[in-house]
Amino acid sequence: MTDEMTLSDISFNEEGYMTNPDEWSRDVARELARANDIELTDKHFEVLEFLRKATMDGEKLSIRRIGKSGIVDIKGFYALFPGAPLKLASKLAGIPKPASYV
Amino acid sequence: MEATAFKKDVQTKHHKVEKVLIIVSKGTIEDVYAGLVMANGAVMEGIEAKMFFTFFGLNAIRKGKQDKLHTATVGNPAMMEHVPTMIAGLPGMEALASAMMKKEMDKMDIPPVSEFFDMIVAGGGEIYACQLAAEMFHLEEDDLIDDVKGIITVGDMYALADGPNTQIIFI
Repeated sequence: MTDEMTLSDISFNEEGYMTNPDEWSRDVARELARANDIELTDKHFEVLEFLRKATMDGEKLSIRRIGKSGIVDIKGFYALFPGAPLKLASKLAGIPKPASYV
Repeated sequence: MEATAFKKDVQTKHHKVEKVLIIVSKGTIEDVYAGLVMANGAVMEGIEAKMFFTFFGLNAIRKGKQDKLHTATVGNPAMMEHVPTMIAGLPGMEALASAMMKKEMDKMDIPPVSEFFDMIVAGGGEIYACQLAAEMFHLEEDDLIDDVKGIITVGDMYALADGPNTQIIFI
């Protein structure tokens, strides 16, 4: 799959979040991550799948919640998704922009 | 004409905030949380965050004290709007109001003070204590939580704020 084939079929909002979570696939996540200079590992995907499931279950996401997920601690989460981790991970997971204080 | 265009360009030039230095000088729950929420919010956005605790703000980084902060029920008209000052000053009122405040924050997934510090440090934030205030309150490194990176002077504090896109916030 080429960059163009993957991402051109996907709809994003003006902030870069996917608008239809059903369009998400592991390949889409990989392409988006590459654009951010991240090569996704199994650990990354564990976090992304956790975020997708939590969102579908209607949970409110926060860095604190991820830290308590048992998948990764907060320091590890910042290391996996450098910069603004919750926003970046949400973009790569194909879920809406998180509205979290913590 | 060209000069006007140039001026317009200068006015709208975008400088993203890259670093915040948050000075916390007060030790009530709401003042400490204001600092913690802003510092954590910064690291969450990829903004570098430094915190400097001075005077009563030091209580927020004292072992055994940080999770026992109180809010003021006397002299706090926004909080005790319908309560006469004499009543607000009765024994136990402050503890009650503080406990209620913490309970509400817990419902919103806001962590206790000690955990909040751990989150900020895990995100790359740095915590410092004011040397002058520490000396005044007879506090040493052992009295402060492990998250504290150093007890420093005001000069050192300004050095933390180095860089063209830093904001200093005083609480």
